[in-house]
Amino acid sequence: MKVQRWTPQSGVFIAALGAMVLVLAVGPTWFSAGVTDRLSALFVYVILGAMWNALAGYGGLVSVGQQAFFGLGAYAAIRLSHADVPVYLAVALAGLAVGVVSLAIGEVMLRLRGGEFAVGMWVVAELAHLLVNLDPLVQGETGTSLIALNAIAAEARRAYTYWLSLAAMVALLAVLFALLRGRLGTAIQSIRDDERAASSLGVNVLATKRIVFVLAATGCAMAGALWLASAITFQPKAYFSVQWTAYMIFMTLVGGIGTFEGPILGAILFFLVETFFGGRGVWYLVGLGAAALAFSLFLPRGIFGALEQRFALRLLPLGFRVVERTKP
Amino acid sequence: MLTATGLSKRFGALVVLSDVDFSVRAGEAVGIVGPNGAGKTTLLNILSGTYPPSSGRIAFRGTDVSGLDAAARCRIGIARSHQIPRPFHGMTVFENLLVAARAGGGLRGRAAEQKCLDALGQCGMLKLSNRPGATLGLLDRKRLELARALATGPDVLLLDEIGGGLTDGEAAELVAIILAIRARGIAVVWIEHIVHILVQVVERLVCMDAGRIIAEGDPKSVLRDAAVIDAYLGPSAAHAAVG
Ligand SMILES: Nc1ncnc2c1ncn2[C@@H]1O[C@H](COP(=O)(O)OP(=O)(O)OP(=O)(O)O)[C@@H](O)[C@H]1O
Ligand SMILES: [Mg+2]
Repeated sequence: MKVQRWTPQSGVFIAALGAMVLVLAVGPTWFSAGVTDRLSALFVYVILGAMWNALAGYGGLVSVGQQAFFGLGAYAAIRLSHADVPVYLAVALAGLAVGVVSLAIGEVMLRLRGGEFAVGMWVVAELAHLLVNLDPLVQGETGTSLIALNAIAAEARRAYTYWLSLAAMVALLAVLFALLRGRLGTAIQSIRDDERAASSLGVNVLATKRIVFVLAATGCAMAGALWLASAITFQPKAYFSVQWTAYMIFMTLVGGIGTFEGPILGAILFFLVETFFGGRGVWYLVGLGAAALAFSLFLPRGIFGALEQRFALRLLPLGFRVVERTKP
Repeated sequence: MLTATGLSKRFGALVVLSDVDFSVRAGEAVGIVGPNGAGKTTLLNILSGTYPPSSGRIAFRGTDVSGLDAAARCRIGIARSHQIPRPFHGMTVFENLLVAARAGGGLRGRAAEQKCLDALGQCGMLKLSNRPGATLGLLDRKRLELARALATGPDVLLLDEIGGGLTDGEAAELVAIILAIRARGIAVVWIEHIVHILVQVVERLVCMDAGRIIAEGDPKSVLRDAAVIDAYLGPSAAHAAVG
């Protein structure tokens, strides 16, 4: 018997992904302005879906307050830029800064379980929103903007934001993939399935959850800062809106919770729905919610989970297969 | 090797353990019997660090481990199974073990994987390697508890009723597995109601009743003890178990 992880199929898939990233990397030189902007948004959605899935799908930490970090990320970028940090550096560092803050938030929140954690995170988001509104720089709900961006030509701005979004997405997915393939991956899944059993097998529950929590917070904050880099204006209400978490849940549940590829697929679907049905407004959100609910009821592992099973897909394998040793 | 002194446990007003002394030497196999509600599982929970005792201390290899939580105790070599199995539903059997080998055993990469294959082989579970935990039946879940604990590479294995519901053939297989574990020098503490299985493995038997140890020592003499027959076995069962 031997243990198999990579398959030829996953090798081919990763090579294809790498090629696709290279093509995307030169995108702004030939994409139209509209396409460049939309793809920047898609990259942000992929980050959001992947981060919520890391928390809920792998860690069992269902948060309905991830917009806290999305909003704080944008706010941190405003603050850093205001402190004369070069504007794109501010956008890049904002996520890391919020990641540090999330360590403290996690210390409190990770002592809560299940529904308490979920609701607790929503409270955190509301508190973060209120606190940010108190900052004179933000001027309450009037908001402010990333003024330093005005000094840069629109075309260059569009390309920088695109590259930064692409780089953040690739880096976050790569870090998440590496972590989930290693000791952290088995540890966090065991906590999701049975915290007490995990602990009795030597898993340091709090430390493991903390890593995933901080990674997800950092990722969502990076997404918020990148969104700001596109939108320029910062109205707290728009960033601390629960709709962001609703999007994350939709992407994860429809794409496939607890699968690495699922939320990426979910983000692409969400992006297409938004692009073609021009989504805004209450009914749009209701539709997303209903779709997410339907998927969790009838296709609990989402579209990717179903495809994976049907076609024996192993694209980005995190798991382990024990197979007969082939005779030499 | 593992020594507990003066253990008491209260849940509110309910006294579940009172002043229990218990120890197991390196490589020794000790059986624990006693009626339902005697406090056997509670003793095991306290030894493994699932919750702290109301009073008393626990030493492992001469150092006090009373302050360590379950995870830390597992990492230094005290592993346990759960009476009501707790498989990781969303992970395969192999991955269930890998949690143990990586976290409890401190192993990485191929070494961790090999440890799991060894433990699965030893417990006769290799065929089930790729099955999700959620799909296992009760007997396989109990076997998984054993294999997972073994994959942590323990010095002391605390087993809680892993033998219930077995046919004679399966019971004989389980006895062979535990004897092989002992032969590797791992100390075993085994709580079991099926006394005739237990006596094939253990060299010392402890009988508990109402939160106290009422008899301990050589299995045969414990099973002939008047207090044990009275509290637990009943006269005919005692006769059958001793043979
Ligand atoms: N967490 C708890 N809270 C309150 N009471 C408890 C708790 N755990 C156990 N008890 C009580 O403590 C007593 C001893 O329970 P324990 O599980 O240790 O018995 P046991 O000897 O393992 O029995 P069995 O053979 O049925 O497994 C029982 O009366 C039980 O109801
Ligand atoms: Mg019990």
